[in-house]
Amino acid sequence: MAVDIQVRINGKPHDNKVEPRLLLVHYLRDTLGLTGTHVGCETTLCGACTVFVDSKAVKSCTMLAVQADGAEVTTIEGLASAPEAGGKLHPVQEGFWEKHGLQCGYCTPGMILASVELLRRNAEPSEAEIRRALAGNLCRCTGYQNIIEAVRYAGKKMKGRKR
Amino acid sequence: MATATRYIGKPLKRKEDPRLIQGLGHYVDDLRLPETHYAAFVRSPYAHAKVRSVDVSKARTAPGVVLALTGADVKGAIGFVPCAAQIPDMKSAPRPVLAVDRVRFVGEAVAVIVATDRYAVRDAVDLVEVDYEPLTPVVDPEKAMAKGAPVLHEPYKDNVAYRWELEGGDLKKAFKQADKVIRQRIINQRLIPMAMEPRGVMADYKPGEKQLTVWSSTQIPHLLKTQIAVMLRVPEHSVRVITPEVGGGFGSKMNVYPEEALCGYLAMQLGKPVKWIESRRENFQTTIHGRDQIDDLEIAVKRDGTVLGLRCKVIADLGAYYQLLTPLIPTLTGLMMCGCYKIPAARMEITGVLTNKMSTDAYRGAGRPEATYFVERMMDLVAAELKMDPVEVRRKNFPQPEEFPYATPTGLIYDSANYQRSLDLVLKNSGYTKLRKEQAQLRKKGKLMGIGLSTYVEICAMGPSSAMPAGGWESATVRVEPTGNVTVLTGSSPHGQGQETTFAQIAADMLGLEPDEVQVVHGDTAAVPYGIGTFGSRATAVGGTAVYKCLEKLRSKLGQIAGHILGEDPGKLVFRDKKILSKSSKKSLNFVEAVGAAYVAKTLPPGMEPGLEAVTFFEPTNFTFPFGAHVCVVEVDSETGDVKVVKYVAVDDCGNVINPMLVDGQIHGGIVQAIGQALLEEAVYDENGQLITGELMDYAIPRAADIPWMELSRTVTPSPVNPMGVKGVGEAGTIGATPALINAVVDALSPLGVRHVDLPAKRERIWQLLHKPSGRSPAQVAPKKRRAR
Repeated sequence: MAVDIQVRINGKPHDNKVEPRLLLVHYLRDTLGLTGTHVGCETTLCGACTVFVDSKAVKSCTMLAVQADGAEVTTIEGLASAPEAGGKLHPVQEGFWEKHGLQCGYCTPGMILASVELLRRNAEPSEAEIRRALAGNLCRCTGYQNIIEAVRYAGKKMKGRKR
Repeated sequence: MATATRYIGKPLKRKEDPRLIQGLGHYVDDLRLPETHYAAFVRSPYAHAKVRSVDVSKARTAPGVVLALTGADVKGAIGFVPCAAQIPDMKSAPRPVLAVDRVRFVGEAVAVIVATDRYAVRDAVDLVEVDYEPLTPVVDPEKAMAKGAPVLHEPYKDNVAYRWELEGGDLKKAFKQADKVIRQRIINQRLIPMAMEPRGVMADYKPGEKQLTVWSSTQIPHLLKTQIAVMLRVPEHSVRVITPEVGGGFGSKMNVYPEEALCGYLAMQLGKPVKWIESRRENFQTTIHGRDQIDDLEIAVKRDGTVLGLRCKVIADLGAYYQLLTPLIPTLTGLMMCGCYKIPAARMEITGVLTNKMSTDAYRGAGRPEATYFVERMMDLVAAELKMDPVEVRRKNFPQPEEFPYATPTGLIYDSANYQRSLDLVLKNSGYTKLRKEQAQLRKKGKLMGIGLSTYVEICAMGPSSAMPAGGWESATVRVEPTGNVTVLTGSSPHGQGQETTFAQIAADMLGLEPDEVQVVHGDTAAVPYGIGTFGSRATAVGGTAVYKCLEKLRSKLGQIAGHILGEDPGKLVFRDKKILSKSSKKSLNFVEAVGAAYVAKTLPPGMEPGLEAVTFFEPTNFTFPFGAHVCVVEVDSETGDVKVVKYVAVDDCGNVINPMLVDGQIHGGIVQAIGQALLEEAVYDENGQLITGELMDYAIPRAADIPWMELSRTVTPSPVNPMGVKGVGEAGTIGATPALINAVVDALSPLGVRHVDLPAKRERIWQLLHKPSGRSPAQVAPKKRRAR
């Protein structure tokens, strides 16, 4: 029995009929074609599927699409239109590029969104705070060090823009 | 013709990143074709069982299902899973793509279902009824070798897949002359590669054109194309393999898997695109595992620490079947058993054993981390036994820099090295002497602080074809397009390594262009000439050299064209700033004009062919041997057994460097995977052959909060094996770091009389060591005396 949901995704309204069991990540990827959000474990453990639901970083592989009814969702594809980004690359995206914060790129969209959430809470996180904040996002390539550099880079840049 | 290095050696930002940081890259599951169907597999819950019957009739009529096939249905239509490694007198262990009458590991597929929708196909899997007759599983490799153990592959009488030996030097003499012989059993545990992107396959068949296209998350598109053609018995020219973005591999995707051939077969049967995306649980159960060796070592030493000989017996747990290189991996351990030491005599005996588990195969380092780990542990055991500093023992046994190329008793020729230099630098950078003083102070207070050292050498740039199972060369094609842009086609299809950037750096410098004017194309067998792939730290040293050689050819041709037009000696022209210019007369021709001349073909030197395309199949003359030295400091919590890595200092030498930022990234990732092996990761099968670490919940890969800041630096000893002097870096961190970590843990516990700790040094293992009834508590332990700091 399909259910009608209305979700605002990356600033655009969407109205779809979905099966109640459809996962949010499959709604984004398969129904809407937003394939930047990746599936890495299907069990909330790896963080590759992280998106914002009403500004909160959420693992979309264990949330149902119907639970997002009425919500505002931001995916990696919509990050450039976030307030800090101004239509260009978000400072966190820029940081990942500048500091070689990615190799295979599979964890990257989730890692970037988790980092954005951290920096919105805490503009100048310490190394330990970054490590703790990203502990729910796995990366098998980078050893995390350049991701930490990327987050610091972005934090500095975002602070500069606020002034 | 000189090359100005404007980009080689510089930390250029990656060309692949803009798409990946915006979610615009395409991994297999991101590809969309109309009418795509989804495949899912019915997999065995038993490690060892007879399959009495597989009933797919209910699944066949389930909503959305279009096809349901069992092993019996495809038997004869699809060949066995290929193994490229051949060891003399090796037993065969053929694996059908779907099990027919017997399953030999948990997760082995017995049926495949295809439906119109991802969810429908998963529902239908549950409707398949399989009647299994459980057999006694063979899980422990030592028990598997015993007489009377159930046999996996009849008609053989036992589970020993092969025995392999290697000996060099006078081993008898070495052990006779030894003042001491030190023995230790060392375990290299089973690991799960865990690339972030699970495997995935999509296949599409066009019956009119008789063209099968298979998209797969693989490290070896060309080899896969050949094997799919062989397995499906179709002409090879009718198969095209494309690897889109690949989300990590670490060796696990340098394989040919049943699902790759099956998806091709299903697409041909249905005439519709068929996609299969591996779940994480399937990834843990049915993508290759790594390591899993029991290594029994004996080292013969003189009283002054000189090593005379090393003997090793390996029991290698191969799992139930052979994947592409399964039997070969332990032999690499044999080749590298002497590490970076001048050990005059060595002997290796390997017994490969079949058990009811997933196959082991190449996982980052593939055979070399095992060797480095045991030889580095043995050096520390020698130091402890002779009451010497681990630094001293190592220094005493290094070959001197002038002894290179250096021949090992295992038959290798180490190309170039200066082990003393990397050791000196890591001791300086880590403040080793000061660390030892701090340690003495902490020990007085009963604190368990350990300092671990590892000096390693690895074998990479795989490799000369004479030493490889199926070709060790690599291909490149470089084409200068009529507008002056450059297209590089490489057989080294990457999965995170950044060849799109590094190969563009090489091409830009060689032709005097900008990296943005160079496009690197890979991973499409219809576009790229046959290649081998990315593994064994070979992409730059073998694939990059092939690119370099193409560029030399193009420079020669462009030089002749420009020389002809300018009336200059081609030998005196340089390529710089998009010009080809004469150093003496200062006359120049725009690069694009020379290119145009090659295509318009009116002003070419007499007899010259038009066009600007060069092809190289580069065959290396030897492997390369990167090396380095790592120091690590750990604190062990005497209450909980928790190991905290508080300092990590690495010096690595991978020869000349194309992009230092990418090299550091490889080292970082490598060290953290070693932290995984040393402290966290262990694939555990219980006595029934169930994989009880079957999910990320039970199998701990390192998280950001688990690891220390890594301090890296480099020495540069160019390789004489290739013209760019590069060696390779993809596996160095993983190979070098595991022993440094465990040596540190053992060093921390040494006041308690601990001489060895098995991998992984998990807190419960340490806790047990700390709380052995006979053990003294840390507070009672007097500081250990060490000589000659």
